[in-house]
Amino acid sequence: MNQPMDSTHRLPSWLRPPDGLPGHQPSPLIQTEKLSLAYGTQPAFDSVSLSINRGCITALVGPSGSGKTSFLTCLNRLTDLIPRCHVSGRVHLGELDVLSPKTDVLQLRRRVGMIFQKPNPFPLSIRKNLEFPLREHGMTDREHLDHLLLTTLQDVGLWAEVKDRLESPALALSGGQQQRLCMARALALSPEVLLMDEPCSALDPLSSGVVEDLITSLRGRYTVVIVTHNLAQARRIADDVALFWVQHGTGQLIEQGSSKQIFDHPQHELTAAYINGIRG
Amino acid sequence: MASSRMLDSDHLSAIAVWTAACLVGGFFLWLLSDIVWHGVAEISWEFLTTAPLNAGRDGGIGPILVSTALILLVCMVVALPIGLGTAILLAEFTTDESLFGRLIRRSLDVLAGVPSIIFGLFGNAFFSVTLGLGFSILSGGLTLACMVLPILIRSTEEGFRAVPTDYRLSAAALGLSRFTTLTHLLLPAAIPGLLVGFILSIGRAIAETAALIFTSGYVDRMPESLLDSGRALSIHIFDLSMNVPGGDAKAYASALVLISLLFAITTLSAWIADQWLHRRIIPV
Repeated sequence: MNQPMDSTHRLPSWLRPPDGLPGHQPSPLIQTEKLSLAYGTQPAFDSVSLSINRGCITALVGPSGSGKTSFLTCLNRLTDLIPRCHVSGRVHLGELDVLSPKTDVLQLRRRVGMIFQKPNPFPLSIRKNLEFPLREHGMTDREHLDHLLLTTLQDVGLWAEVKDRLESPALALSGGQQQRLCMARALALSPEVLLMDEPCSALDPLSSGVVEDLITSLRGRYTVVIVTHNLAQARRIADDVALFWVQHGTGQLIEQGSSKQIFDHPQHELTAAYINGIRG
Repeated sequence: MASSRMLDSDHLSAIAVWTAACLVGGFFLWLLSDIVWHGVAEISWEFLTTAPLNAGRDGGIGPILVSTALILLVCMVVALPIGLGTAILLAEFTTDESLFGRLIRRSLDVLAGVPSIIFGLFGNAFFSVTLGLGFSILSGGLTLACMVLPILIRSTEEGFRAVPTDYRLSAAALGLSRFTTLTHLLLPAAIPGLLVGFILSIGRAIAETAALIFTSGYVDRMPESLLDSGRALSIHIFDLSMNVPGGDAKAYASALVLISLLFAITTLSAWIADQWLHRRIIPV
């Protein structure tokens, strides 16, 4: 569990070979088959089969309560923490059967990072927020930690703002800075996938713009799955879009495709109505 | 018209609240000033360090302070780990609906209301007689531990429940184990709750008389081991005021020492927790 990172992970993230590049033929990294989730007897979404391309930004859009966030939490098994939450179907991350009881969830969550709607740094110093998870994953070399601190904070554009106060409380940062710190914290673990649950919705427009640019800059290096209510944002940043909708009392996947296809030539009437602002 | 009526009810509730607060504060001040007034003249270094003479009418409370400290020590050494463990189990590993959790919580709430004399009789039967510890500081400390556990557990549990779920989720999402999350994030964040439990418990323990009469006993000599009987400060006060004619002055002085001790312990523990949390940058 606490193995050191392999040699490619030691490179700063911007030197690492990209997992996928836009323009190349995208290959699926995550695939779900007939995935369903219920809280007790209340279904959140039903029978979702979705494929998420490596190195691309996939946006999950749709009205509130259509199961987008619940879907996201299946991908890193955060559902394990929710009492009376029942998941069925299959999720594949590459070769890994995510929902299998044999899967090491701690390793899984290291491969699949998550950014929450509300920034949630730990009540520790800025430095400890980044170092604490790294240490727990077996990285104790001072130089290596300092190096990761520098590169990830630079990656999220926070270095210049916090380099003189790394020891001060993370909770004293502004909302946008906190969210970028949370992204740095997740990126420091070199995940393959980043799940983002409306990462900009709790931020002011300016911070929101900064975080959005940051997400765009992750394209190619990470596989990003982002839940958003902001259709304009989905249009700006996403390669692929999946529309969720509430039908028959539960969330369902209505349509998925490339951003261009969904926004310019929607196949389903609900999609057309939603993107044109007629419904939803 | 409506607004003036609103103002009236506002005024009335303000008066009611202030009256209640002043009554409580006034009562405490009266009690405190009575004890200080009658007791302060007897307080001296000699009083705090020498043994009682003539059934407590003369001499000091040296051995009694030592016995009290030992009883409290036994009580806390036993109660804190058990209390913390149970609170963690209740808050982190059982849900509100689970039968097991409900059963334990209900039992604790009932236990918290059991009169201390019952704990004293139980302690006597179990620790003194069945386990053969006799009238000893150990019996007394263990009995007090049983008595304070319900308060300690419930307020520590509340401390854990007050920690935002966000911490648990974000820690889990970073691939941190539950154990790491618990020791590095939840425990420090739950310290204020633990502290409240500790202060309430120690307050109840240091003031306890009934539970100790049958367990740690009356003997006012300096204890030589935890298996010796030792007289707690509260029992000393009870004895001086009820059974020893002419013991009132020393009883007042002992009560003053007891109250000062309680004040010192709670202030010190709050300060220590505060320092510790500040080092970890967790705003209390």
